[in-house]
Amino acid sequence: MMNIAVNPAKVPAVVFEKSTGYWQNVSQRFMRDRVAVFAAIVILILFAMAIFGNQLAPHDPFAASIMKRLKPIGFPGHWLGTDELGRDMLTRLIVGTKLSLFMGITPVVLAFCIGSVIGIIAGYAGGAVNTLIMRTIDVFYAFPSVLLAIALSGVLGAGITNSLISLTIVFIPPIARVSESVTTQIRSRDFVDAARASGANAFTIVRVHVLGNVLGPIFVYATSLIAVSMILASGLSFLGLGVKPPEPEWGLMLNTLRTAIYVQPWIAAMPGVMIFITSIAFNLLSDGLRTAMEIKN
Amino acid sequence: MNTHTTQSMDITPHAHADVGGPTQPLLMVQDLIKHFALPKDILGRSSGVVRAVDGIDFAVRKGETLGVVGESGCGKSTTARLLMNLTVPDHGDIIFDGQSVGSKELSLKEFRRQAQMVFQDSYASLNPRLTIEDSVAFAPQVHGVDKQAAIDRARDLLARVGLDPRRFAERYPHELSGGQRQRVNIARALALQPRLIILDEAVSALDKSVEAQVLNLLLDLKEEFGLTYVFISHDLNVVRYISDRVMVMYLGQVVEIGDCETLFESPRHPYTRALLSSVPSMDPDNRTEEPPLSGDPPNPINPPSGCRFHTRCVHAESVCSTTMPKLVTDAQGTGVACLMHVVRSGHSAAPLSEQEAA
Repeated sequence: MMNIAVNPAKVPAVVFEKSTGYWQNVSQRFMRDRVAVFAAIVILILFAMAIFGNQLAPHDPFAASIMKRLKPIGFPGHWLGTDELGRDMLTRLIVGTKLSLFMGITPVVLAFCIGSVIGIIAGYAGGAVNTLIMRTIDVFYAFPSVLLAIALSGVLGAGITNSLISLTIVFIPPIARVSESVTTQIRSRDFVDAARASGANAFTIVRVHVLGNVLGPIFVYATSLIAVSMILASGLSFLGLGVKPPEPEWGLMLNTLRTAIYVQPWIAAMPGVMIFITSIAFNLLSDGLRTAMEIKN
Repeated sequence: MNTHTTQSMDITPHAHADVGGPTQPLLMVQDLIKHFALPKDILGRSSGVVRAVDGIDFAVRKGETLGVVGESGCGKSTTARLLMNLTVPDHGDIIFDGQSVGSKELSLKEFRRQAQMVFQDSYASLNPRLTIEDSVAFAPQVHGVDKQAAIDRARDLLARVGLDPRRFAERYPHELSGGQRQRVNIARALALQPRLIILDEAVSALDKSVEAQVLNLLLDLKEEFGLTYVFISHDLNVVRYISDRVMVMYLGQVVEIGDCETLFESPRHPYTRALLSSVPSMDPDNRTEEPPLSGDPPNPINPPSGCRFHTRCVHAESVCSTTMPKLVTDAQGTGVACLMHVVRSGHSAAPLSEQEAA
């Protein structure tokens, strides 16, 4: 009932009941999702391969052997066979993880930083600013992402840095669009109005009230883009616009092995399998994160 | 306020100077207008405006509770948002204790420190990612109170609104019931030690029993902190219970304003009468004789000419569709916008002389 404390003496600070925070809830829910946890483990293994690739690999990734070209899976000493120059496939797949993951994740991270800032500004400002930013972003949507990446890489020239730049540019528009829509949603909630009514400026409101509510969904969306980014990066390498031979990278390996597809189809498919496993793991991870974050009140 | 306050009471009433003295109304609203443009058609032509708030004038006296009633869509909530400048008015002045809001003497930020708002949706008005003490402590921090002092103040206020800070301060909004959340919202509104609180359907979403508790809490807080309320609601019983004066709105205009009991006992405007008769009476001898209000209010995009109520009014005559009655308030702040109360307006029921009108 009406329990108006007439004299609220200083409350001892020790006995405050804490409740589980939002992120604690999310991680509990995530841990219960077996598929997502499995995907996370796969990704951890991939990261381990990327970091310790050189130590794990049984051979030198660049050591060619004219006598042992295109040996089949199970060939003694080369458990996953050899490629068209007689280099050990297992070694090159392991060592290639580093570059392939790097090419997949970096553009998404950069695009996340830039795109979410653009989207949050557009979403919070609304009105003419929103229209200006979002219509500019829409221009990029006119091109299919693969074509846009190829065109940008083609203009900038081949090389790792340039393909990273072009992939980043490709991923800014979708991330900005998602950021804009979640920010617009949050902005219309009463607690943002209450914050405005307390006299806070736009920057403070975005920092305290908007970021915490929008970064999660944007992050989930960005994780799902990592798979796309890996495939696009592999595609650029395949076309000779990304990583240069003899550097091991899955897309590039797919390219150089395509001539052997009739001789050793399983060997030729191997880098594709790695790309497939990695991208599906990132997709399942982002699915799991999204489900875990959708906590109904 | 910058010192580390160990003693709780910074929540003293009248933290802000009373500028104009007791007779100066706390809030004066003059000719407030807000028209929302409808989306333009494909050729960029405007397809009209919604006259959400169409020229309203009223005053809120110091220490009173002004109830605002009307049907859905009559502009009550828009008025609340205009008062807080959450929606920017097209036209009109808001004068707070004799100082124009947005002028040199009273910046918008300073005004927002002295006037706060409580929203209807108790859940949407709390940030789901912040603990409730952080939500309450946000506003003081915006105004330069340091973090620890603001948290202390938030805990004191939570205790004041009947929420034990030891149990609730570090909880998240989704763990609280609707009534508890609305208490948090009230605590947040109090955190800046305001003089005016605008309550926009603040108890409408609550259960009847919880509603009664929150209403009593509001009355207690009002006395304790010397607050002035603008209480917006569609629930006439609640408004009658809490208000000192009542303002009736119809289609973006004020049709009647006056002392609460007088207005409820002897309403003068036909719309007020119809609105009051729509409340079911418990007494069978007290049947409604006037036909209850039928149909929806007309479209505010193209409001009726003349008196806006003439399309639904049982007393409407031809003059009502051509002449718009103006709300004229007397010294007691009582007024009605109806041609039946204007001397020689042309309506058959209109008084013929000032004496007859009085």
